Amino acid sequence: MTRPGLYGLMAEFSDPTEVVAAARKVHEAGYRKIDAFSPYPLEALTEALGLHHSRLPLLVLLGGVTGLVAGYGLEYWASVIEYPMNIGGKPFHSWPAFIPPAFETTILFAALTAVLGMLALNGLPEPYHPVFNVPTFALATKDRFFICIEASDPKFDPDRTWSFLLSLGPRVVSEVEQ
Amino acid sequence: MAESADIAKDATPPTATPEYLVGPGHDFASVTEKISSIVLQRKTPWGWFVGFAVGFALLQGLLVAMAFLLFKGIGVWGVTIPIGWGMDIINFVWWIGIGHAGTLISAILLLLRQGWRTSINRFAEAMTLFAVACASFYPVFHTGRPWLAYWLFPYPNTMGLWPNFRSPLIWDVFAVSTYATVSAMFWFVGLIPDFATLRDRARSKPWKIAYGILAMGWRGSARHWHNYDTAYLLLAGLATPLVISVHTVVSFDFAIGIIPGWHATIFPPYFVAGAIYAGFAMVLTIAIPLRKFYGLEDFITMKHLENMAKVMLATGLIVAYGYMMEAFMAWYSANSYERFMIWNRMTGPYWKMYWALILCNVVAPNTLWIKNLRTSVPYLFVISLVVSVGMWLERFVIIVTSLHRDFLPSSWGMYSGTFFDWSAFIGTLGLFVTLLFLFVRFLPAISIFEMRTILPGAEPQEGRR
Repeated sequence: MTRPGLYGLMAEFSDPTEVVAAARKVHEAGYRKIDAFSPYPLEALTEALGLHHSRLPLLVLLGGVTGLVAGYGLEYWASVIEYPMNIGGKPFHSWPAFIPPAFETTILFAALTAVLGMLALNGLPEPYHPVFNVPTFALATKDRFFICIEASDPKFDPDRTWSFLLSLGPRVVSEVEQ
Repeated sequence: MAESADIAKDATPPTATPEYLVGPGHDFASVTEKISSIVLQRKTPWGWFVGFAVGFALLQGLLVAMAFLLFKGIGVWGVTIPIGWGMDIINFVWWIGIGHAGTLISAILLLLRQGWRTSINRFAEAMTLFAVACASFYPVFHTGRPWLAYWLFPYPNTMGLWPNFRSPLIWDVFAVSTYATVSAMFWFVGLIPDFATLRDRARSKPWKIAYGILAMGWRGSARHWHNYDTAYLLLAGLATPLVISVHTVVSFDFAIGIIPGWHATIFPPYFVAGAIYAGFAMVLTIAIPLRKFYGLEDFITMKHLENMAKVMLATGLIVAYGYMMEAFMAWYSANSYERFMIWNRMTGPYWKMYWALILCNVVAPNTLWIKNLRTSVPYLFVISLVVSVGMWLERFVIIVTSLHRDFLPSSWGMYSGTFFDWSAFIGTLGLFVTLLFLFVRFLPAISIFEMRTILPGAEPQEGRR
């Protein structure tokens, strides 16, 4: 079976059309522990890999609601319960005046959730990853596209997966060291 | 991409992208090469040192002004009763307003799918951050005891005190600090894939490590891009109402007060439009020399400059409408204080300021109706400076002429900035220039990965949605 130390096999493409077609074939062939790499966001590539949903929007909604409740709650607690002050005869619970800060905390919490949530869902920061061992992988941030099938995939077989990847017409297929 | 976009792409020859957003003959490699080489080149051009030195020299004005202010107190500024808000607030509003165009370009134009934003959003966002940094000096130092400025934030303290949430000044604290935080995050998130590009292309070890840390291990995975795109769109959706709320809250600083000339419901939309107007002027002021000195005419094309001129014209007209409504409402209200305020503005001791403002903000931008002027780079540069001056004058007129003659003639007064007001203002200009030069030298001034997306052939050809 797979030799230890092998993370997976990586195929390199130079064209977005080719990589999307190849990614679709990889997914259709039943491989699931797969990933593709592109120098810019390619919606079609994400779809070809069978990825549809991101949990991020729900998290951001929850973050925003938390910000709203926290912001308004702080204002209410500070102005009505903890430190009630008569200012210009306005009611302690001056709800119209409480809207701007509560709005800002809603945005702040939602935006923080969007950024931290994106990093967390992506597992970043991640200083080391086996794909960086492929010598030409530096071009993934310039003009090359890559598809990687991991050795831990149940369908993975060093020889058959190798020839399968070759049949997709890549520039080159290389082994990814752990 | 929508189907119509694919059809348009097929109809154009492969060398020319739709609407000339990128010069002909560029591909993924050449765009990457061109933009990253500005940062990664070994030799810094001498012009950079000259510009940086000028900015850094002006920055010392801020050091002098703020050091003396800390030593003596805010009496060194020209502010006094009845004009308790002078150049500090004028400059604060001016800088915050300038920042707004960056958010507009990066967030609102992204949501509206305006492809031309792509090559200008990065440095416009940087401009936002630096403008907010400049703005933040004034209110913090105007508190008189800036070392206690954290008292503005609600936090449990031994004094048992809490801020007054009914005050627009506290709203300002929330709005501006949220704006600064969200703008910084939006900018940083946009930079992550470009940090990875620089990490993979840097030749010297220290830079590789520095950009590598900032890139946080970004490897362009499709799974990552999926969450990344979602986060970026959500941030744009959050920044859009945020940017509108920020200048609305800034206008509330005035509109909530009862001073004639401030107490007006038109202030929020009028301030937001003015902010975008001033900001686009500043984007042009930066974009024109940037494209010239770094040879970026292929990326920041005439199309971009003309679009920005059109936005300036449109927002300039909204601002002009605001001026007209101020005058109309003063007359129509039949309120003698309001009528006196506008008459005093036009013919009182500060009449020169008012008419200069009308000239800069209403007359000058209307020349942009003429296509030949709108597509002349030197003319646009001059107009952008004129508008920046005009918007500064607008804030001067609103703040000073409203305060200097209010209800009681016994409390009338005059205002002029002192040496320390001016050196603080020039100092923040220096800070802005210094930060911009550092930004252009060390970070990609144009978003590399977004430029790749607008190249011909960036989308797969089979036309599958």
